[in-house]
Amino acid sequence: MDLSQFFIMRHEVLLLAVIILILLMEIFVGKANRKAIIPVSIGLFLLSTLAGFLPAESGQLFGDMYRTNGLIVSMKNILNIGVLIVMLLSAEWLRKEENLDKVSEYYLIMLSTLVGMFYMISSGDFLMFYLGLELASIPMAALAAYDKFRNSSAEAGIKFIFSSALSSGVLLYGLSMIYASTGSIYFTEVAAHMGEQPLQVLGFIFFLAGMGFKISLVPFHFWTADVYEGAPISVTSYLSVISKGAAIFIFSIVLFSVFPMLEPLWQELLYVLAILTMTLANLFAVRQNNIKRFLAFSSIAQAGFILLGIMGGPHLGLTTVVYFILVYVFTNLGAFGVAISISDKTGKENINDYNGLYKTNPMLSLTMMLALFSLAGIPPVAGFFGKFFLFTSAASKGYYILVLIAVLNATISLYYYLRVVKAMFIEKSDHPIAPFRSSLSTRMALALCVAGTFAVGFISWIYEYLYDMTYLLFIF
Amino acid sequence: MSILNLFVIVPVLTVFAILFTKDFKGARVVSAIGMGIQLLLAAYLIFAYLDLRAIGITDEMVFTQDILWFPMLNIHYAIGVDGIAVSMIALTAIVVFAGVFASWEVDNLAREFFISLILLATGVFGFFISLDLFTMFLFYEIAVIPMYLLIGIWGSGPKEYSAMKLTLMLMGGSALLLVGLLGLYFYSAPDGGPLTFNILEIAKVHIPVEMQRLFFPFLFVGFGVLGALFPFHTWSPDGHASAPTAVSMLHAGVLMKLGGYGCFRVAMFLLPEAANEMAWIFIILTTISVVYGAFGAIWQKDLKYINAYSSVSHCGLVLFALLMMNETAMDGAILQMISHGLMTALFFALIGMIYGRTHTRMIDQMGGLMKVIPFLSVVYVIAGLASLGLPGLSGFVAEMTIFVGAFQHPDIFHRAATIIAISSIVITAVYILRVVGILLLGPVKNTDYNLLTDARWYERLSTITLLVAIAGIGMFPFWLSDTIMNSLGPIVSRLLAVV
Repeated sequence: MDLSQFFIMRHEVLLLAVIILILLMEIFVGKANRKAIIPVSIGLFLLSTLAGFLPAESGQLFGDMYRTNGLIVSMKNILNIGVLIVMLLSAEWLRKEENLDKVSEYYLIMLSTLVGMFYMISSGDFLMFYLGLELASIPMAALAAYDKFRNSSAEAGIKFIFSSALSSGVLLYGLSMIYASTGSIYFTEVAAHMGEQPLQVLGFIFFLAGMGFKISLVPFHFWTADVYEGAPISVTSYLSVISKGAAIFIFSIVLFSVFPMLEPLWQELLYVLAILTMTLANLFAVRQNNIKRFLAFSSIAQAGFILLGIMGGPHLGLTTVVYFILVYVFTNLGAFGVAISISDKTGKENINDYNGLYKTNPMLSLTMMLALFSLAGIPPVAGFFGKFFLFTSAASKGYYILVLIAVLNATISLYYYLRVVKAMFIEKSDHPIAPFRSSLSTRMALALCVAGTFAVGFISWIYEYLYDMTYLLFIF
Repeated sequence: MSILNLFVIVPVLTVFAILFTKDFKGARVVSAIGMGIQLLLAAYLIFAYLDLRAIGITDEMVFTQDILWFPMLNIHYAIGVDGIAVSMIALTAIVVFAGVFASWEVDNLAREFFISLILLATGVFGFFISLDLFTMFLFYEIAVIPMYLLIGIWGSGPKEYSAMKLTLMLMGGSALLLVGLLGLYFYSAPDGGPLTFNILEIAKVHIPVEMQRLFFPFLFVGFGVLGALFPFHTWSPDGHASAPTAVSMLHAGVLMKLGGYGCFRVAMFLLPEAANEMAWIFIILTTISVVYGAFGAIWQKDLKYINAYSSVSHCGLVLFALLMMNETAMDGAILQMISHGLMTALFFALIGMIYGRTHTRMIDQMGGLMKVIPFLSVVYVIAGLASLGLPGLSGFVAEMTIFVGAFQHPDIFHRAATIIAISSIVITAVYILRVVGILLLGPVKNTDYNLLTDARWYERLSTITLLVAIAGIGMFPFWLSDTIMNSLGPIVSRLLAVV
């Protein structure tokens, strides 16, 4: 094997380089200069993000355990953009006194999980898939417990590791059945030998359940709200956008490339899961008062909508899903960004605390409103296009009833998104959040989110580009 | 580039210009200038349109422009107008212009107010120029969502409840609509060509009848919610009563017309077989709307509720006339949309102005206003007369045409429905004259009212603009009617061809 072939693993290699450099900084930077680690880390990651946009090559390594192509590179780039925004958003929080001595840990753990996600998305067999998945989840528990002296954070870590272990167990059990019945763990060979034998179907269902945990579909969602609420809010944003996005990417890739034979089955299962997920998550979201729990349930509901996209098949469907995740990265991180900024300055995390926010902090309120409208699918922001295409995707297979249930759910979701808008714009408060100016990094991140929320919808070539890329799904 | 783009560009530029103003005075002047330009553009558009027709251009849509937006899904930014759309654009321009002057005194968060108001108007203009169902839907939703903030922030009474109810019901309607639109899209190329959202393209194909039966209710009810179709009208009284003046004007005057316009341009035009088959269900519902709205208005004591219920009745008449599916009745429906748009906008403007002076909207607490604010009172009487269909004003033209058209159906069902609907005219006369009697005539009940001042210049400008349009249509209905008739041809012939 020629060493230069390694460079098709560009994303992972660069990320490892960034991780090692941060590790070195941790060793060599003295106590006085620890704050400097933050901008340097962000700068390094920015470079690796930019390098990710260099022209992509297709190829496979390690005897088809690792594969990459234009589509997978696009997915990784989307995740990179999201992580960059999360890093910018968390800078202010990391600069606090109590976090300064563990700054580099935050970056190291976070980027390790990202490496895991990259390998997971690029996997060509179930072994690599599983390794990536574990690398993406086990450090995540440490990240959730980052505020280890705060009970709820430690609790979130424990809850995450338990639920993650359980789901991995279920998933692995399913994979073992698939291996037993097809005799291989390579995607291509499994796909060739996959039939509708009971063992194979059972294995697939276990696999689906395991992934359901990762994507937090109802009824596998019970860990989500507690972990999201307990974890530090920056980590929550990472969990709900990046980690969920990566899981959805690999889930749809595996469905289309490994289990096309079972399509009628998984279409039915997704049909039911989508309805359950959207409806229940919406009903729970209506009742939440904590902004983190609120966004947690909202993100579960969004996962339900994404399932509609997946049902549209490997081209229209996959394009729509990837496009929606791109929209979702900007949109949801915009909403989280405002919440993070307010939480950093005031420690307030309840929706009632946002009463009268527009009077004191108009820019933050407008950003939040834009993000919420985008989540609800209101034009002219990107969320409208994302949602519309998801519905189109499901309708292309003739699931009009499902689309109807989904759009009615979108209307319900508008209710609770408007609750927050109402708090900020209409309600009056005796003790509103005092005016403050966010740090430069936060403002940059929010500006990026707002720009993305506006632009992604109107720039149609992104959608076209992704569509062309989906034709590479089976080409490596 | 088509002149129609300006109808979206000008409001958007106005919004940006408002961002740079310092206080409410700047914001309102900029809005007035922007919407004044819009009004001139609309006037120009009418003449340009008539010129094109005069030189013999018979295209269904003119001033068209088509930009490919999402090539994969064949989504276009396609615009174009026919006579009906031109009239609706003119209506919108007049009402928005009058609305800006009616809200001249808004000083609480005035910039935000005018921005939301003009964004709403952008959505409406965009809706009327769209030929592509995707952009049409996009503009439709843009028009709905600023309502929430406009009512929630600047409204009165139980404004949060009303705002939420209105937004959710209209969004629920648009949810149904979306399903119908996707249905149209996926059946727009039965021969395997590229799918399309373009209305004119879809009109050329024949969608299977069973699919039409499935999607027609979605589309008709989806638009019907906005057109206050019984039993989906309940957002309307609450929403209108709580909304600030200009928003009630725009909403009852223009936004509700989006519903009627969509019903025939999309639901009926594109699904003619189903429209013919299912018309009877909706004729029953709209007849109920017409009568129920009128009776509802009788019982109300709040001026805004009276007018809101009256809008339910009048907008019901629009849908009723559309469903009669002959050229005369549909012509009447469009006339009624325009006439009611102007009339109800005038009513809401006057109610806002009276409320601004007396601080109450309860008719039994007021009386003898004719003596203290003669200008507003006289205009109110004229608006009332237009509403109950006095010849010489727009209401007569519209209602007469509708009922003449509706009565052309020889069968008992249509005739019975028509007669029941006609009875609403009498009820309308009752509630209008009752309000005029209690509110305006008689002695001045409250001595504090002797100090009230009559309309200021901006209020006069706002009301006179509307009044001129109402009287204009009433006296010279033919040019408007002709403009509409020319464009109705293809729609009606498509509807009748399948019977």
